Amino acid sequence: MFYWSLAAEYMKNYVKTKLTYRADFWIEVLSDLLFQAVNLIFILIVFRHTPTLGGWTEAEVVFVYGYFMVPSGIFGALFNIWNFSERYIVKGEMDRVLTRPAHNLYQVLLENLDPPSLFGSFIGLIIMIVSWGDLGLTFHLMDIIMLAVFTIGSVMIYAGIFTSLTAISFYSDAPTGILPLMYNISNYGRYPVNIYNKIIRFFLTWLLPFAFVGVIPASYFLGRNETGLSDLAPYTPLMGVIVLGIGLFIWNHGVKRYRGAGS
Amino acid sequence: MNSAYLDLIRIRFLMMLAYRVNYYSGIVIYTINIGAYYFLWEAIYGEQKVLAGFTLAQMTTYVAVSWMARAFYFNNLDREIANEIRDGSVAVQFIRPYNYLFVKLMQGFGEGLFRLFLFMGPGLALVCLIFPVKLPSDLGIWAIYLVMLLFSFLINTQINMLVGLFAFFVENNEGMLRMKRVLVDLFSGVIVPISFFPGWLAVTMKWLPFQAITFLPSSVFTGRITGSEVARVFGIQVVWFVVLIIPIAWVWRQARTRLFVQGG
Repeated sequence: MFYWSLAAEYMKNYVKTKLTYRADFWIEVLSDLLFQAVNLIFILIVFRHTPTLGGWTEAEVVFVYGYFMVPSGIFGALFNIWNFSERYIVKGEMDRVLTRPAHNLYQVLLENLDPPSLFGSFIGLIIMIVSWGDLGLTFHLMDIIMLAVFTIGSVMIYAGIFTSLTAISFYSDAPTGILPLMYNISNYGRYPVNIYNKIIRFFLTWLLPFAFVGVIPASYFLGRNETGLSDLAPYTPLMGVIVLGIGLFIWNHGVKRYRGAGS
Repeated sequence: MNSAYLDLIRIRFLMMLAYRVNYYSGIVIYTINIGAYYFLWEAIYGEQKVLAGFTLAQMTTYVAVSWMARAFYFNNLDREIANEIRDGSVAVQFIRPYNYLFVKLMQGFGEGLFRLFLFMGPGLALVCLIFPVKLPSDLGIWAIYLVMLLFSFLINTQINMLVGLFAFFVENNEGMLRMKRVLVDLFSGVIVPISFFPGWLAVTMKWLPFQAITFLPSSVFTGRITGSEVARVFGIQVVWFVVLIIPIAWVWRQARTRLFVQGG
């Protein structure tokens, strides 16, 4: 209850700031969508020059991308902590957060909510529905439930990986440039993983399981079971629990090491 | 007085050098990026030998060189300028006896040189070891490419300045900065060579400055553009460099009368 009311208060504050810089809100929405559009344009352009990508058709790859947008939009709205190290460690704002009763990660996330990102999820959903028709997939009520379950799992995987990486700032002094790296790698989970060589595939499935935030859950709906992809799909939520668990453990352990900046 | 500007290049170069460790991770990021695009393009080509005038070997080289060139010309001058406008420190710059934009250009160039020697150079070497990248053997092409690369930097910096200066008019232009970055990556041809674009989009791109940042230099470097064509595409770069000075000068004149400082 306490945590819910906190979230509500922060949301009110968010709306107030955004009303001050109104035009910027829409530009932000637009730039988020544009960022997604660029990746989509890449797919569309590529398929003008080839009929299939590793055996997958254009509609299928677009569908995978549509799915990917849903969890990545939710993740983007909740986890907008790209400048964590600079703002909270270097400038010492973590001190302020730690003196308060709510869990520190929860506070940090609330302070950085980015709701415009959700528009991406919305567009992703539309893309899925449209290509659902194009592909002539049959629709079951079960699919909605599975979509919700997969989405939660995928968001947890994303959240877990990026929480662990953000927590690195507790352990190393130098702000690391590792976040953009992960962001790029995360994009590769969207493409049919069978186009990559075995090492990268293993990497994307088990070590940094970005394939679970794209091609694996999407293949459940597409019914594509190449190299056992859709067999893996039901494990998405389990993977989410494990990865997020690891992330929170690294974070909490890291917070204990935090000493505050000198300034 | 010119030596003051040269000193700015030197100081920024040394400043970057102090934080060089961060850039080693940057090289890894770019290499992984290039690697993923390499596999992707390999799958796209499949059985086909040539797509949009590119062989797979040329494509691999194009991707590697374009990303590494991006490492050189990329800078955050847009954000620096916008921040200085927002926190008001630009007001101090107005009263100093130099040209603010020229100072920014020099700082950007110092950063560019740093990135050329400690990022692009080693990065390209690393990429050549891992992937089948074929660099041209003709020294003339290297010379022309270096000059074109300089203009890539100039044009990209001009676009950054224009977007950065917009902070004078829109208070908070964070969204615009992000949008610009995405647009430049797509339209300059880093992600897909412009000759892959469908008809109308490719035609539109020919009339915009972005292709001059990556697509034209990389096309020359991979040997897709040769002979007298090289002079023509270089001409396009020079024309854009000159043309872009006009809106910058105009915005700068307008801006000086509009400055209002938020907080600070």
